[in-house]
Amino acid sequence: MTANFAAIAYLIAGVLFILALRGLSSPETSRRGNTLGMVGMAIAVVVTLSVAGIGDALTWGMIIVGVAIGGTIGAIIARRIPMTAMPQLVAAFHSLVGMAAVLVAASALYTPEAYGIGTVGSVKVSSLIEMSLGVAIGAITFTGSVVAFTKLQGLVSGAPVTFPGQHPLNALLGLTMIALVVWLCATESHTAFWALAILAFVLGVLIIIPIGGADMPVVISMLNSYSGWAAAGIGFTLENTALIITGALVGSSGAILSYIMCKGMNRSFFSVILGGFGGETSAAAQGRTETRPVKQGSAEDAAFILKNAGSVIVVPGYGMAVAQAQHALREMVDVLKENGVRVKYAIHPVAGRMPGHMNVLLAEANVPYDEVFELDDINSEFAQTDVAFVIGANDVTNPAAKTDPASPIFGMPVLDVEKARTVLFVKRSLASGYAGVDNELFFRDNTMMLFGDAKKMVEEIVKAS
Amino acid sequence: MEAAQIDPFVFRLSIFVLAIFVGYYVVWSVTPALHTPLMAVTNAISSVIVVGALLAVAVEFGADAANNTTTISKVLGFLALVLASVNIFGGFLVTQRMLAMYKKKESTREGA
Repeated sequence: MTANFAAIAYLIAGVLFILALRGLSSPETSRRGNTLGMVGMAIAVVVTLSVAGIGDALTWGMIIVGVAIGGTIGAIIARRIPMTAMPQLVAAFHSLVGMAAVLVAASALYTPEAYGIGTVGSVKVSSLIEMSLGVAIGAITFTGSVVAFTKLQGLVSGAPVTFPGQHPLNALLGLTMIALVVWLCATESHTAFWALAILAFVLGVLIIIPIGGADMPVVISMLNSYSGWAAAGIGFTLENTALIITGALVGSSGAILSYIMCKGMNRSFFSVILGGFGGETSAAAQGRTETRPVKQGSAEDAAFILKNAGSVIVVPGYGMAVAQAQHALREMVDVLKENGVRVKYAIHPVAGRMPGHMNVLLAEANVPYDEVFELDDINSEFAQTDVAFVIGANDVTNPAAKTDPASPIFGMPVLDVEKARTVLFVKRSLASGYAGVDNELFFRDNTMMLFGDAKKMVEEIVKAS
Repeated sequence: MEAAQIDPFVFRLSIFVLAIFVGYYVVWSVTPALHTPLMAVTNAISSVIVVGALLAVAVEFGADAANNTTTISKVLGFLALVLASVNIFGGFLVTQRMLAMYKKKESTREGA
């Protein structure tokens, strides 16, 4: 196979990856898009195997065993993972891309002939620069994703870890890394390469630990972006079009998702990166005790109100997913629909722990996707709605974001649930939300609080109706 | 190399820059409901880094017997191959599983 033919095949793979993302513009076309992505990957692998000129059985054995081990693990995980755990799974997958980038960069350094970028001791300077970008971003992605994974999985506290001198230390590490890149390019020193990798591993941890749990949707999107740039860096080293195109796609995809998430929280990207949000504020809020009266209702009251409503908008939040209440919620909505109630779902951009998380959880519970609406599309409808049923959400409904400039969440786009005739709030207690802010909605006349576990409460409503 | 020839790096850079723009427009057209599958599938396609892993594994043994660099390369490549394979299979299959869940209204008894 000629080099030109291979290059065209890689280009085709790249185009198929673009089409895979394009398919996601609607659920109908998305499944075909995913298949095209698989075809693209298969083309890239087959072409690489045919140009690599593998002659010996041992090498074939290594490749088959490697793919078999990795493929089996991947397939099992993909089948077993619960949808609530998608954020940590995606974080774990990002870490693998990062580590693979580090390993590939290292092997390019040890055997540059295999990649056609020179011989040991005389690797092209441009290749060394690309290689160092690949290894540095890859290593940051790896440890950063591992930290994000442990926070999301609950292995460590989601609270931000901050210490004095944090930002100067990160800056110092960054400058040292630049010096190491210069050293690597000048001398092709393997010591410089590994020192660079180690510092990048450390920096990855330091970048992610100060970011609080509430900002995790941004972190995951950001690491998604990093994994793309790492892949692009390696793509330049390998002079491989498929890898360069993919890296650019993934890099810009992650960057756009980070932007959407930041906008959903009305926070600047830099304030998220600098971290510290979501920890100390909630600690301050816990000291306050609320004495104002709230209207509390039972499952029977809620069932009565819901059945007699003409239209209901359900506002699910992460609390619903934690309580695994999505299936019970769908049953409740089915009962309401049989009673002639019109039901829609309203999703806030940062509901859940990653972009679009709530949509997947609802889809898993067999909620048709054309009943699920984004904030911008449904917000004007609350005013004409009889009941807003808020389950496991809090901050994203807080009117303080619109009215109280002193509130930490002021300016954040929120769902206008208070405009509905009645607001039903399913919640375990009056505790404040992730941002540590009190929600004055609880104390309004048209609000009824339904205290209890989300799943149990919804099941009781089904029984009572 | 003749002086007038353009460095191939410039061509790759052009592809890279244009692909960023393509990515920008394509990703903005993705419906927010599918942002989680988007992340899973971008994860899967970024594992095309497997190309680099395969080249490393394919290095001939003993090509540089003096300091064993080929062996190191093969081992590093093998590890990268395993990691990338986890991602390729895991990423595409979990995306497929998620996308299969998105159904339209006719499956439920609307207005019954």
